[in-house]
Amino acid sequence: MVRPRGKSHMLDYMRSNRREVIAGVVLIVLLATYIGTHPRGASTYVMTIWANQCLILGLAACAQFFAVVVRGIDLSVGAVMALTNCIGSYLLDGSAFGMAFGMVAVVAAGALCGLLNGLIIVFGRIQPIVVTLATASIFIGLALLLRPTPGGAVNYDLADGATLDVLGIPTALIITGLVVFAFWLPFRRTGLGLGLYALGSSEQAAFQSGIDTRFIRLAAFTLAGLFGGLAGLFYSFVTTTGDAGIAAGFTLNSIAAVVLGGVLLRGGVGTLVGALAGAFILKTIASLMFFSGIPSLAQPLFEGLILAIAIAIGGADVLRARNKLEVFA
Amino acid sequence: MHFGATKALDGVDFVCKAGEVHAVLGENGAGKSTLMKLIAGVIQPTQGRLRVDGKEASLNSPKTALKHGLVCMFQELSLVPDLTVRENLLLGAPGAGLGWLKGRGLDTAQSVLDRIDGADIKMSQRVADLTLPQRQQVEIAKAIMKKPRLLILDEATSALSASVVEKVFDLVREERDAGTAVLFISHRFHEIEALADRISVFRNGQCVATFAKGAHDYGEIIDMMVGQKIEELFPEKSPHRNEAEVVLDVRNFSWEGQVRDVSVTVRQGEIVGLGGLDGQGQGAFLMGLFGLLRKADGTTAISGQPGEIKSPKAAKHQDVALAYIPEDRKTEGLILDQSIEENLELAALGRSDLNAGDAGLYAGTLDQLALKHGGLHLPVSSLSGGNQQKVVLAKWLALKPRCLLLADPTRGIDVKTKTEIYAILRQLADQGTAILLLSTDYEELIQLCDETHVFFNGEIVASLSGDDLTPQNIIAATLNVSSEGRVNGATEGQVAHA
Repeated sequence: MVRPRGKSHMLDYMRSNRREVIAGVVLIVLLATYIGTHPRGASTYVMTIWANQCLILGLAACAQFFAVVVRGIDLSVGAVMALTNCIGSYLLDGSAFGMAFGMVAVVAAGALCGLLNGLIIVFGRIQPIVVTLATASIFIGLALLLRPTPGGAVNYDLADGATLDVLGIPTALIITGLVVFAFWLPFRRTGLGLGLYALGSSEQAAFQSGIDTRFIRLAAFTLAGLFGGLAGLFYSFVTTTGDAGIAAGFTLNSIAAVVLGGVLLRGGVGTLVGALAGAFILKTIASLMFFSGIPSLAQPLFEGLILAIAIAIGGADVLRARNKLEVFA
Repeated sequence: MHFGATKALDGVDFVCKAGEVHAVLGENGAGKSTLMKLIAGVIQPTQGRLRVDGKEASLNSPKTALKHGLVCMFQELSLVPDLTVRENLLLGAPGAGLGWLKGRGLDTAQSVLDRIDGADIKMSQRVADLTLPQRQQVEIAKAIMKKPRLLILDEATSALSASVVEKVFDLVREERDAGTAVLFISHRFHEIEALADRISVFRNGQCVATFAKGAHDYGEIIDMMVGQKIEELFPEKSPHRNEAEVVLDVRNFSWEGQVRDVSVTVRQGEIVGLGGLDGQGQGAFLMGLFGLLRKADGTTAISGQPGEIKSPKAAKHQDVALAYIPEDRKTEGLILDQSIEENLELAALGRSDLNAGDAGLYAGTLDQLALKHGGLHLPVSSLSGGNQQKVVLAKWLALKPRCLLLADPTRGIDVKTKTEIYAILRQLADQGTAILLLSTDYEELIQLCDETHVFFNGEIVASLSGDDLTPQNIIAATLNVSSEGRVNGATEGQVAHA
């Protein structure tokens, strides 16, 4: 089944990344609509609030991405956020040194949660969905012990620094840029980055190619925890309090976001950029609802519709398959 | 080494020397693949020792084996479908750890690909979009790129056409002359003849003999493999029946430019072969007959009844009664994790006139096929390749098909099982089944088929039968060159309808 060749490189690139391209186009359309309908237009104020909301879910989606790309799933993303948010509400105030330590500690706590997930999954040989369902409860339990009711405080100067803008550009967008350009793009070109995809796409082939599959899976879940911790940290900056009750919403939305961003739940396909785009789309829809006068109760309905449409577009090339066996590939 | 209740390898002493191509022969389940997996670090021996360069080595993972320079090209491909060719080559490449990938060795891989007719494989292509032969070419490049000291080729060229195989062999010879030891597993005798320096024969988990090539002839080697005399690999052809009822009549079949205006007739009791280099449209043609292709042109008549076959469900309906044995039994023919019983029922399910749950439906064919199994409730993955193929055959034969479509049914299967399958096909034909057999092995096209159509670039370029059915004619036709004008002038009026 030889495919037609000789298309330009640009088209090739768009084709192989079509899921991300679709997500990007949808995001741009939504954002333009949002700015168009917002009474204050494209002001720094509007953009900053929008970007902050997007980045919280964006980091959660990154966490989910690392679990999904190795053919797993992480139901503890929200729980890690809740736990690290509650830890942050104790540590993110005081001296400059103390706060710096606090930030590192919050992220490290997240990574530790992920490492725990990974250890149980790899050495207990238990499915990720079961393990993370259990550990999610544990993490929420710990968070509730730390903060039975929402409270605590985060240093306002630090929070402002992370959630306002630099020269008119929302800090959240700068952080997003750093995640993509300083972390993801180089990371994708490392052996570990390649190993994640190999493991998710075909564990047997990865193993036979001499890849240490156990280490890769461990690293994937640790990275998931680390990004869960980053999400919790950023959530702390935005809300400046600790709240143990945020887990459920973020876990489910992080899964919706990665799917929307073209990451296949069967593993091995998708990018961190896609996951971020998916999260931004979901949050932009929510903001659009708020300003467009649609009752907020109808929001899940519209989010669901957009999710279904996006997935349908991503899978539309099945209609072109002339060999019915390719439909199942 | 034990697998379940059966010993896969039993007290084997095996030595492989540098600078030598060592062929390993044996029927399925003889222990060849198990031995290769031991050397490649995929499984560990329950007893015994393994020495590399005279030093004892414990190969507890493919990674350790690779460090020792032991590189295996597995029968089950080790490529990751969702990654590009380039990424697959880098996966586990020497010097490529978890850190930054420098892409060293890609030049070697590219030059290997260029040499074995794989120049049209782009580094940026997803492996899932490659054909099976292309994947094998990438596998070969990936193995050579690792600069092996011991290279294991386990049915490494099974899907490649003869001309590519020859180029691969040149490459392997060069590696050998540079001091690499090569372990070579193949079921094609002419390949072993062409490449091997030394031959070991395995039977029932034991190494029964090791000798230099030429010390024994084919017949003797086959006797060693099966432990008994096999007079003939192929059953005798039945007298050609030109007057028999036409079962399958396909006219002007075309699809997507890959199959062009193909017309084929199969009569009751006839075995008609489809030959050609890989990907010349013969595979797509079979799929199309079975209703797997959308928007195909042409007419199909079954026993004189014209009708459009739109899906496999329609194809297996009792009024049509086609059966299709796919090329890739592991993904398309079987559900590996399900039991033998459950797999057997799959084809009969949905046929209103059959009770799929009735074990009696399969008992006869299983006996006929002499399926070796440890219980029908075991997963089909517990069987050897040849026996897996028998399960695929059995599930379709239970439907008593009028016409059997087979896509390279003996690929990667040992000689003894091959012989059994040949005998069964001939027997089915004698009972009145029409058989359309796609094969990459021209011995099959000559010895088994009453007529052979050779495909080139989507068209039938030659239809050979009788005395014209010779290796020279087939090879010439697969390359679309005329051999003394005999190719296009096939006898008995059975000319290609081009």
